[in-house]
Amino acid sequence: MIKIVKQNEVSKKQSILIMLGAIAIAFVISGIVIAAFGKNPFQVFAGMVQGALLKPYGIKQTLNKAIPLVVLSLGVSIAFKMKFWNIGAEGQFYFGAIGATFCVTYFPNLPAYILLPLMMVVAMLFAGIYALIPALLKVRFGASETLVTLMLNYIAVIFVDVLQSGVWKSADYMGRNHVAKYPENALLPKLFGVHIGWIFALILAVIVYILLKKTKLGYEISVLGENERTARYAGMNVTKIVILAAVLSGGICGIAGMLQATGYEGTMTDTMSGGFGFTAIITAWLANLSAPIIIVVSFLFAALLRGSEAIESSMKMSPAIAEIIQGIILFCVLGSHFFTNYKVIISKRVKTSAEKGAEKND
Amino acid sequence: MIDFLLDQLAPFLQTALRMGSPILIATLGGIICEKAGHLNLGVEGMMLMGAITAFMTAYNTNNIFLTLFAAGMAGLVGALIYAFITVTLRANHTVTGLVLSIFGAGYATYIGSTSAVGKSIADKTNVVNAIQDIEIPYLSDIPFIGPVIFGQSIYFYLGIAVAVIMYLYLKKTKAGLNLRMVGENPGAADASGINVALYKYIHILAGGFLCGIAGSFYSIKLVRTWTSGPTAGDGWIAVALIIFATWNPLKAIFGSFFFGVFKGLQFKIQNVALPVIGTIKPQYLEMLPYIMTVVVLVFIAVKKKRENQPPNALGAPYFREER
Repeated sequence: MIKIVKQNEVSKKQSILIMLGAIAIAFVISGIVIAAFGKNPFQVFAGMVQGALLKPYGIKQTLNKAIPLVVLSLGVSIAFKMKFWNIGAEGQFYFGAIGATFCVTYFPNLPAYILLPLMMVVAMLFAGIYALIPALLKVRFGASETLVTLMLNYIAVIFVDVLQSGVWKSADYMGRNHVAKYPENALLPKLFGVHIGWIFALILAVIVYILLKKTKLGYEISVLGENERTARYAGMNVTKIVILAAVLSGGICGIAGMLQATGYEGTMTDTMSGGFGFTAIITAWLANLSAPIIIVVSFLFAALLRGSEAIESSMKMSPAIAEIIQGIILFCVLGSHFFTNYKVIISKRVKTSAEKGAEKND
Repeated sequence: MIDFLLDQLAPFLQTALRMGSPILIATLGGIICEKAGHLNLGVEGMMLMGAITAFMTAYNTNNIFLTLFAAGMAGLVGALIYAFITVTLRANHTVTGLVLSIFGAGYATYIGSTSAVGKSIADKTNVVNAIQDIEIPYLSDIPFIGPVIFGQSIYFYLGIAVAVIMYLYLKKTKAGLNLRMVGENPGAADASGINVALYKYIHILAGGFLCGIAGSFYSIKLVRTWTSGPTAGDGWIAVALIIFATWNPLKAIFGSFFFGVFKGLQFKIQNVALPVIGTIKPQYLEMLPYIMTVVVLVFIAVKKKRENQPPNALGAPYFREER
């Protein structure tokens, strides 16, 4: 008979092996799905790797996607650590972009070394305030932050549309609703062919790592995430911690929006997030909310996203295949936790009648 | 005044009920799943899988039964993935549901952009006629109420019927009672001989089937061409409505049509000059359902009552061995 027992401790090596096994299975399943769509999975995967990691242009594009992804994953990881389900990274990303565009629109003549830092601060501020809404509603009324942040995503995108078709509409686009291109002094400089957002992403990873691992706030966040009651008994100010962490989480997501606007798009559009905010939820979760691993996982997912774009024309595939593969990977990893938490024991013992009865209920 | 009611309010309410119908069906799908103790945030994903499957089936077969059945099955497949991971492999409900939504959106966008874009089902008359608004003889002649309630499509009648059946099922049948026990206290249910895993699977899958059918509304009824992401977040509104309706199928009817009003506003008062406010930017009307969802979430959080609580074991994985 098959018996499932709780496993106490799995070695780190074992749990990594299980995770890698899950990812391998995910790629096998993805391959089957791709084959079901009538494409050759080997060609598709080879095309993805080639388009994302082997050509210089492809690597640059991968990095361009990795930057917002790393920053957004770092942002949501702070909230997730607290078990505050901030699904609002998309919305906070857009409010970051709105903050950046606000600075560009009203202070266009500032020199770059003042304007760019100002854009970053205002982006953080706007997005932080936007994340304050679900945090306040949560601590004050107990409203579900998952659904509130989700709704705020939709509202943010529509708000960008309000701006680009209203006060910030540029005359340069022949009547189309579009915000003006940023001037030269509002664009991030490039280093090694990629905008220097990558440096900020790495610095932020260090900051978030230190914040979560070495500071009092970080400690409080993880205690609160483990058990709210423990946090209260320990005399922590739960309200303050939730608000601080949520605002910080949102603020960092806002930086991602600012970096994308000034480093990559050179303007603000209502489609510029490209779903990064949702992918970041997956990457943060897969990375076990650890800042160094977030960099690795985000890079790999950026390669997946870039790869799916690279094969769009050559293989006639929609880049949405990346979303499907992402979903399959996470399904498999989620499922694989079962094998880190439980042991399946197959014994040949003769069954007692009580067990036979119990088995029926399985 | 009476003229105003007949000319303006009646068509508006008709639109509200029409827009609320798929939300109702999706909410009911979510309720039956949550009654089994499983918080499923994948409603939006299952709806999108249903939407694209319905569109493709309608385009290829021109058969309404096949179309709705295929849409339901698409949602069911999504629910099956969710059920396997959360029931059998006992993973976190929240994350699994979210991933199902991302996966479903990706699936719909992929199939949509490779096979459905640029196609229209306007000439698939069997499907189009079957889902158009039906004026029920005599009843639809009743002033005001007639066209509002008795001039709707099958989605409306289906939603109401499922709500009533689900209510009776939960309150009056043995299976319904067992299901509630599974959601409240799976350990006790198990001890009393109920097959907990089987109950969970069946009801999660039934919920997925309903969500798939709800999704079909957006691709074959609301519009007849494929647009990317046609549900526009209505699945998430349904998830909020589950709480708003306090897991009661009958209350879900009123909740859904309340939201239908806000969805309907977009279509009815766009570019109309209102007294005092003037014309409203269409975007603000688009925002309204989402803002209202937030308001409702706060409202239900404040008005927490004892009898309005979620199933006790909602969101908690059930470990049989740890009873």
